[in-house]
Amino acid sequence: MNDKVLSAVEHLKKRSNYLRGTLVESLADAATGALAEDDTQLSKFHGFYQQDDRDVRAERTRRKLEPAYSFMVRVRVPGGIATPAQWLALDSLATAHGNGTLRLTTRQAFQFHGIVKSGLKATIRGINDCLLSTIAACGDVNRNIMCTPLAEVSDVHEKAYETAIALSRLLEPRTRAYHEIWLDGERIEGTADSEPIYGDSYLPRKFKVTIAIPPSNDVDVFAHDLGFIAIERNGELAGFNVLVGGGMGATHGEPETYPRVADVIGFCTVEQTLAVAEQVVALQRDYGNRSNRKRARLKYTIDDRGLEWFREALFERLGFSLASPEPFEFRSRGDDFGWRRDRRGRWQLTLFIPAGRIKDTAQHRVLSGLREIARIHTGDFRVTPNQNLIVSGIADDERPAIEKLLAEFGVLELQGGSPLRRQALACVALPTCGLAMAEAERYLPEITTKIETLLERHGLIGEDISLRITGCPNGCARPYLAEIALVGKAPGRYNLFLGGDAHGRRMNRLAEENIDETGVLDMLDRLFARFTAERAAGESFGDFAARSVFAGERS
Amino acid sequence: MAAVPNPDITPPLPGEDLQVLRAAVAKFDYDQLLWASGYLAGLARATLTGAVPAEEAGQSATAETWNVFYATETGNSRRVAESLVERARSAGLDAQLQDLRDYKPKALTKVANAVFVVATHGIGEPPDGSEAFFEFWLGERAPRLESLNYSVLALGDSSYADFCAMGQVFDERLRALGATAVVDRVDCDLDFDSPAADWAERVVSRASETAKPQVSTGTRPARLHAVPKQTVPTRERPFTAEILLNQPITGRGSSKDVRHIELDLESSGITYLPGDSLGVLPKNPPQLVEAVLEAVKLGAADEVTLNGEQVALADALSEHREITVINRPLLETVAGLHDELRQVLSDRTRLTGFFGTRQVIDLLADYPKPWTAQELVDSLRRLTPRLYSIASSPDANPGEAHLTVGVVRYEEFGRPHWGAASSFLADGAGEVPVFLEPNDRFRLPDDGDAPIVMIGAGTGVAPYRAFVEHRLEHGHKGDNWLVFGERQLATDFLYQLEWLRYRRDGVLTRLDVAFSRDQAEKIYVQHRLREQSRVLFEWLERGAHVYVCGDAERMAGDVHQALVEIVQKEGGMTGERAQEYVGNLKAARRYQRDVY
Repeated sequence: MNDKVLSAVEHLKKRSNYLRGTLVESLADAATGALAEDDTQLSKFHGFYQQDDRDVRAERTRRKLEPAYSFMVRVRVPGGIATPAQWLALDSLATAHGNGTLRLTTRQAFQFHGIVKSGLKATIRGINDCLLSTIAACGDVNRNIMCTPLAEVSDVHEKAYETAIALSRLLEPRTRAYHEIWLDGERIEGTADSEPIYGDSYLPRKFKVTIAIPPSNDVDVFAHDLGFIAIERNGELAGFNVLVGGGMGATHGEPETYPRVADVIGFCTVEQTLAVAEQVVALQRDYGNRSNRKRARLKYTIDDRGLEWFREALFERLGFSLASPEPFEFRSRGDDFGWRRDRRGRWQLTLFIPAGRIKDTAQHRVLSGLREIARIHTGDFRVTPNQNLIVSGIADDERPAIEKLLAEFGVLELQGGSPLRRQALACVALPTCGLAMAEAERYLPEITTKIETLLERHGLIGEDISLRITGCPNGCARPYLAEIALVGKAPGRYNLFLGGDAHGRRMNRLAEENIDETGVLDMLDRLFARFTAERAAGESFGDFAARSVFAGERS
Repeated sequence: MAAVPNPDITPPLPGEDLQVLRAAVAKFDYDQLLWASGYLAGLARATLTGAVPAEEAGQSATAETWNVFYATETGNSRRVAESLVERARSAGLDAQLQDLRDYKPKALTKVANAVFVVATHGIGEPPDGSEAFFEFWLGERAPRLESLNYSVLALGDSSYADFCAMGQVFDERLRALGATAVVDRVDCDLDFDSPAADWAERVVSRASETAKPQVSTGTRPARLHAVPKQTVPTRERPFTAEILLNQPITGRGSSKDVRHIELDLESSGITYLPGDSLGVLPKNPPQLVEAVLEAVKLGAADEVTLNGEQVALADALSEHREITVINRPLLETVAGLHDELRQVLSDRTRLTGFFGTRQVIDLLADYPKPWTAQELVDSLRRLTPRLYSIASSPDANPGEAHLTVGVVRYEEFGRPHWGAASSFLADGAGEVPVFLEPNDRFRLPDDGDAPIVMIGAGTGVAPYRAFVEHRLEHGHKGDNWLVFGERQLATDFLYQLEWLRYRRDGVLTRLDVAFSRDQAEKIYVQHRLREQSRVLFEWLERGAHVYVCGDAERMAGDVHQALVEIVQKEGGMTGERAQEYVGNLKAARRYQRDVY
C-alpha cells in the first residue's frame, strides 16, 4: 500500500458501500439530467459514464439550462461474441433509449450513446435480459476481457475463448449493488457484501486483460495491463505467454505519465491461467498507486518497483514460477475483410464498420441492414478489436440471403476503400466524451480522404498503413501503437506520432507537436515522397518512419 | 409660464409659510400644480362647511353613498371603478370604492346605490376571489333587493364565447331580485376605455339628478380625493424601456421558444414588487400587417381616420389595431357575407372552437369580403397591451425588470401565425413601451419566515423567480418549495441552472418537477402535489402560503382540485370541510393565483 494521502476517488469507493453511493437517489432526482457528483465516479463500475453534448454546452449555459447530459452505457461482451438475439435486443435498446446508433469499441464492447437518465434503468435491464451485462464495463476493476475473434479459423480459438469467459467470471465484482439498483433485486438484510478479490476499495485504476491468438495481434496484446498470448502445441492450446504492464494512457505535458508496451514474463498452462490473473490483480490491488490516479495503472507499479520485483512477488503469491516464454510470431494486426471459409466449412464475413459506428445514413443503412441479417442469421456476431464486425458461422445456403441484404442496405458499398481507411481507428471524442480536446470519430473520414489523396499521389494507396486518431492522450484507440497517430491537443490541433511497427510491438514517437491539419498533411506528404524513394525492400511505412524521422535520436 | 406666480399680488401668508409652500411645490410639474390648486381650493371650501377631505372622513355609507364595486382578475375593473369614483367625487357625489373580494355578500342588502364593474374571467367565470359574492347572489337563497338602484358595467373579451357572461348574468339576477337599473348595462371588450367612460358619465349624471344638492344643504361637502397626480408611467403614457437582453431559454429541439427579456427601467419612475406585472404595448409583426393588407386587398398607404387623425392603414394596423385575436364585432361583420360564419355565431361550441383556433388573418383571408380601409379599422378593436408577470426582484436587479416570454409562433391553416407582444419582444425590438400593472393579489407573505409553495407551469414560473430572488436578497429564512411543470426536462426547464443552484445552496427547500412528455403517461404538477400530499399538508399546517401561476383553463383548476383532495386525505376531513379549509386559505390570502 502506498503511504501517501489517498486520492479523493479512493475515499469515495471506500465509503460507497460496495458501489451503491447515492445512485438510487440520483436516479430519482427528476430536476436534473445529471447524477450527484460522487455518483458519476461510481456509475462507471456499473458500466456507464455521465457525459454531455459539448457542442451545445456554452449555448445551454446562456439559456440557463444545465449541460445536455446523457450517458454512455458500455456492454461487456467477453471476446466480443454476441448471439443474433442479443444483437436484436441491443439494437432495439439503442433505438428506444439511445441516439439510434451502436458503437463497436476497440475493446470488443458495445456502447450506447445519448441515453438520458430516465432511460438508464430500462436500458441496463434490457441488456441484462438478453444475458449481457454492463457491470465493470468501466471503473477501477477488470474491464471487458478481449480475445482474438478469429473464430474457428484457428483450432485454439474455442479453448482461448473459454478462458476469456472464465477470466471474466473470476474477475467480476461480487457486490449485489448492481442487481439491487438496476434489476430491482431485494436488498437482503444481514448479509454483508464482500469482494474476495478486489476488497472494498476495488483497484487503484482500470485493469485490462486480453488474449491474443497468433498469428494475429488484432487485440494489441502489448497495450494491456495483463496479456495472454495463446501458444499452440500439436494443434491444441498448450497455455499462454504472460505479459504485464502494457497501457496506453498518458497526460500531455506530464512526462511521468507515458504509454508502455507490456513485458513478456513467462508461460503458464491453461490450468494456471486463472490463478495467474487473480494474483496479478491482487498485486496491483495491494501495490498500485492509490494517491495519484494518473500513475495508478499496473505499468507504473512495475516501473516504480522493477519488473524483477514484480515477477518474484507474483511467483511467491502463486506458489510456483512461470515457465520460460514460448516463441510466438505475429504476422498481422488488421482484420481480413470479406468472406472466408473456416475449418469447419462455415463462412466468416468480416465487415468494415467505419469508426465502429453502426448507424443508418441515407446511403448506408448499416443498423437496419444488420438488424435484418440478425433476424435470419444462425451463427453469431463478433466485434473485432479493430472496431469491425464479423458475421460468423454462416452456412452455405444462408450466404445468398445475407449478401442480398448487404447490397440492399448499402453495407456492401461501404466495404471498399484503401487499406489505410479500413484499418483506421478512432475513439468517440467530441461531442460526448468529456476528456476529448479535439475531434476524432467525426474527423476520421475527412482526414482519411485527405491522406488517401497523398497516398495516391505517391503511388502508395495499396499500402497497409495503420492510422489511429484519438481526441485526447488517454489512448482509447491505442494510438501509440499505430504507424501514424494523431492525438488531440486542442480543437483542430494534434500531436503527430510516427513509426509504430505493423504488428503492434513497437510504439511510435512524437514527430510534431500541436500542429494543425495542414501541418499534418505537409509532414506526411514529404515523408511519403521519401518513403517511395528510399524504402528498403518489403519495408513497412512504420519501420521507415522510425528509422528516417528519428534518425540519430535515441529510441 | 403659467407656473410663475404673479409677484404683484401680495400673498396673505407670512414670509416663512410662503417659503414652505414654495419649497413644497418646487418640483411640481404643470399637471401637479393644477391639481394642487384644486386641492387647496377644496380645503378652503371645507373650512367653510366644517368638512374634511376624504382621507380623514370615515367610510360610513349612507343612503346617498354610491358604492362602486369591482371584481377584477387583471386590474382592469379596478381601474374603471377607480376612475368612476374619481368622476363621481368631482361631481360632488359621495362615492366609495369596494373590492368584491373583501365584501360580505349579505351587506348588499343595506346598500341603496350600487355600481358594479364586473369582469368575466376564463370561461364565463367570476374573477378569482369574488366567487363567494356571486354564488350568494346568484343562489336560491338570495334575498330581494327592491330598494337597490344599480348599474352594471361588464368587462370581457369578445374572443370568448362567454363574452361578458358574469356581468350579464348578474345584471339579470339583480333585476329579477327587484333592483332598479338606473343605467342599462354596458358590455365592454378589451378596448373598454371609451365605452366605460361613456357609461361612467351616464351613471354620474343619473346619480347627480337623484342626489340632493349637497353644497346648498351643507350636509355633505364636495369631496376631494387626495390622490397625487401620477408621475409614474401609465398605459396611456408608457415608459419606453430599452431591451437589455433577449435570450432564448429553451434548449434546441424544444417545442417552445421562451425568451428571458431584461428591460432597463432606470429613470422610468416605475417601482414594482415581486408579483407585479408589466404591461407591454407591442407593434404587430410587420409580416402580419402585410398579410392582412394582402388578404383585404388594401394598400399600406390608404388613409384612415383614427381618433380624429389621418393615419396610413399600415400604421393603424401595426400600432393601433388588434390583428391577432378576433373580436366578435369583426366576426359579425364578416359573417354578413358568409352563412357558415353565421352558423358559427349561433353555436356556442363552434364559436368557442373558432375563437380558440383562428386569428384575424384566418378570418380575413378565408372569408373574403370587400373592405374599405376605414371599415376595416373600425371593425377591429384597439390594440391592447399584454401583461407579463415580472420575473425579477427589483432589489436584486435595481433599475431592471425581467420578463419570461413564451413566443407564440405557429403554422396553421397553411399560414404563419404570431403573437403580437411576444413576437415584438423576441424579434429584435430595441425598445418597448411599458407600464406597471400592480398585483396586490399575488404577494409574498409579510412574514419572511413563512413557508411558501410556488406552483407553476411554463412561463408561470416567472413570478417565482422574482419571489426567490427577493427572499434571498432580503435574507428571509422561510422555506421555499417550487413545483414546476413543462413538457421536457432536456429543453424546457425554465431557469433550470438558477433553481438547481438555489436548491444546492438551500434557498430552495424543495424542488419538484413534472415533465409531461418524458414518459408514456402524462405527468403534470398536480400529480407531483398528490405524490407529496403528506408534506404539502404539513406545510399548510405550519402556515405555508400557496401560489399558483400559469394556465387558467387546465392547470389552475386541476391544482385546485388536487389541493382540496390533499387536504381532505391528509387532514382526515370531509370533502365539504376540505373545501372550507382551502376557502379559508384563500380568505387569509394564503392561497393566491395569477392565472391567465
